Amino acid sequence: MVANFAAKRLGKELQKINSSLPPGITLVSADNFEEWLLDIRVLDKNPLYEGQIYRLKFRFGSSYPIEPPEVTFVKKDDRPIPMHPHIYSNGIICLDLLGSQGWSPVQNVESVCMSIQSMLTGNSKNERPPGDEEFVRGNRQRPKDIDFYYHDNTV
Amino acid sequence: MSGGEGASTPFLTYVVVKAHTNPWLSTDFDFDDEPPDLGIHKDIHQKKKTAYDISFKVYKPEDIQKQQDDLINEVNMILDIRKEEAAILLRYFRWNKERLIEDYMDKARQVLEAAGLAQSSAKPPPRLETIPGFVCDICCEDGEGLQSFAIKCGHRYCVDCYRHYLAQKIKEEGEAARIQCPSDGCNLIIDARSLDILVTPELAERYHTLLNRTYVEDKETLKWCPAPDCENAVECSVKKKDLDKVVPTVQCACSYRFCFGCILSDHQPAPCELVKRWLKKCADDSETANWISANTKECPKCNSTIEKNGGCNHMTCRKCKHEFCWMCMGLWSEHGTSWYNCNRFEEKSGTEARDAQAKSRVSLERYLHYYNRYANHEQSARLDKDIYVKTEKKMVQLQKESGMSWIEVQYLNSASQALQTCRQTLKWTYAFAFYLARNNLTEIFEDNQKDLEMAVEALSEMFEKPVGELADPKLKVEIMDKTSYCNKRRIILLDDTANNLANGAWTFNVDFMTPTPASGSSSRR
Repeated sequence: MVANFAAKRLGKELQKINSSLPPGITLVSADNFEEWLLDIRVLDKNPLYEGQIYRLKFRFGSSYPIEPPEVTFVKKDDRPIPMHPHIYSNGIICLDLLGSQGWSPVQNVESVCMSIQSMLTGNSKNERPPGDEEFVRGNRQRPKDIDFYYHDNTV
Repeated sequence: MSGGEGASTPFLTYVVVKAHTNPWLSTDFDFDDEPPDLGIHKDIHQKKKTAYDISFKVYKPEDIQKQQDDLINEVNMILDIRKEEAAILLRYFRWNKERLIEDYMDKARQVLEAAGLAQSSAKPPPRLETIPGFVCDICCEDGEGLQSFAIKCGHRYCVDCYRHYLAQKIKEEGEAARIQCPSDGCNLIIDARSLDILVTPELAERYHTLLNRTYVEDKETLKWCPAPDCENAVECSVKKKDLDKVVPTVQCACSYRFCFGCILSDHQPAPCELVKRWLKKCADDSETANWISANTKECPKCNSTIEKNGGCNHMTCRKCKHEFCWMCMGLWSEHGTSWYNCNRFEEKSGTEARDAQAKSRVSLERYLHYYNRYANHEQSARLDKDIYVKTEKKMVQLQKESGMSWIEVQYLNSASQALQTCRQTLKWTYAFAFYLARNNLTEIFEDNQKDLEMAVEALSEMFEKPVGELADPKLKVEIMDKTSYCNKRRIILLDDTANNLANGAWTFNVDFMTPTPASGSSSRR
C-alpha cells in the first residue's frame, strides 16, 4: 500500500513529463518507479557549463513524495559532474530542498530539476565544496543520511 | 580511635586555607565563609550548608506536564488565544511567559508570524472537509468525496497525504514542536489539536512525548535525569557561565547523583570544563576518541556533540537551533554574507593544535601518574561494589549466626556507601590535581586528598574482612568510626575546594576557565 503511494504519484508525474518538460531538461529513462535518469543543461551562456549536458539520477523511496528523492549527478564519458561549490566531485549535491528539512511533498521531479538548473545558472565559482577530496574519499553514507547545513540562498 | 586525628587536621587545614584566600575574598563572601567554631565540625556539617551545596528541585513527569499546562492556560487567558496556539507561542519564546506577553502586546502580528502562526481569526479550528473539485497536490488524487485538511494557511491536502507526512516527521525525523505545513515555503506550524485529529492515537502519544521533551530541553534551568529509565527532570538555577565557580551536583529522586552543568555523573570537586578535558585526554589513546576529537565539536550553546560530515560551515544545531560557524565556533550571524570562508580560524587553530600536542607529550609521564590513580579508584569502586553485593548476603548470615538484628548490621551498608562516594570524589581529585599549578593551595589540597585516601583504603581493607571477623564488635565499632571519618574528610575536601573555586583562588596550569572567544561572545549579551 505504501509502495502504491509513491507509484501512483510517480505515474502521474511521468504522464506529465512525457507530454512536456521545460527547456533544458530531458527524460533519459524511467523504466520503473525506483530510479529515473534525466539530463539537464544550463540555458544561458554561463562559461562554466556552456555546451555541457549533465545527468541526474533520481532514486525514489516508498514514501516519496513525503520523503525527498535521492538526487545525484552521475558521471559518464560525455556527462561530467558540474563544477559548483555545493556539488561534490562524486555527484552528491548539497541542496536544502533535497533534505528532509527543506523538502516539501509538493515538490516533484520537474521542480527539482529546475532548481538544480537554476543553482548552476546562478553560479560563477569554478570550485568544489571545501573538503571535497576528503569527503569523497571518506563518505560511505547515502546522501539522505548526511547532515548538510544550508545557508546560501544565492546559488 | 580515629576521632582525635579527625578533629585536628581539618582545623589546621581550615586556618591555612582561609589565610590564603583572604586577599581574594569579597566582603559578601567573608560572611558565609565564617566558620562559627572550628571545634564542633561534626555538628556544623549536619546543619550548615557546605560551600558545594546548591539548591535544586526534582520534577516528576506529571509535574512537567502540569507546569506546561499551567503556563498554557495562563497565556490562553491573558492573550485570549487558543490553547494549542498559546503552546506554540510559548515554545517559540522558550517558555518565557513574560517576554511572550510583552512582545505580543507590542507587536502581535510579527510575533505570530515568527512563531509560525496565522493571524488570529474567529474561524473555527481546522477540521476534515470534503470539497468538490479538490485535487491533492501531493498524490494528485482527485476522487469524489476525498477528505482533505488544511491549517489556517489554507494549503489543502488529502487526509492520507497529511497522515503520511506527519508520520514521517514524527517517527522518522523525531520532530514535534516545529512540524510545518507540507507546502513549499509555508512556515505555519501544525498545532497539537490539528495533529490529534489526523494521526493514530499511538502516533499522537509519541508526538506528545516529543513535545514534552522540548519543554525540558528548551528551558535552561531544566535537565533530564540521565539515569537509565528515570523520567524525572531536575531544576537548578546554576548558569552555564558560573560553571567555573561551582560544581553543581544534584541528586534526582531516583537517587542518581549527577552534575547539572554537564550531565555526567557526580564529578566533584573538579569543575565541568576540567572534567571534559580530562575525559577527552584519558580517551586519547583510543581510536574512537581520536576520531571524535578530530571529527566532532560541541555546540557552543547546548554542548551537543556534532559531527560534520559534509556541507558547508554554517551549522545549525539540531537540538537547540543555535547557528554557528564550524571553523571559529562563533555566531553565524556575525559572518554576514561572507559565505563559508572563515579566515579568522586558520592561523590561530594551527598554533593552538601544535601547542597542545607538544604539551601533551612533555606531560605524558606526569599525566600517567594522575591517570593511574584516577583509574585505580574507578576500578576499586567497582570492586567495593561487588564485595558489597556479596556482603549483603553475608549480612543476612550474620544476623542468623550472631543474633544481630537487621538494624545492627546496617553499618556495612553505610560503609559501602561511604566507600563508593569517597572513591568517586577521590577519582576526580586526581583529574583536578593534574590541572593544578604547584603552589601552597595545591599542597593543602593534596594533604586533604591524602587524608581521605588513607582513610578510604583503611576502610576498604576492613570492609573486605571475612564475615566471621565482621561479627566482632570491636571491628564493627572501628568500621563505623572509619566510615564517619571518611565522610567527614570528604566533606572537608569538597568544602575547601568549592570555596576556593568560588573565589577564583585556584591556579590552573592550563587556561580552560576562560571560554573560547567565540562561545563567550554568544553567551553574553
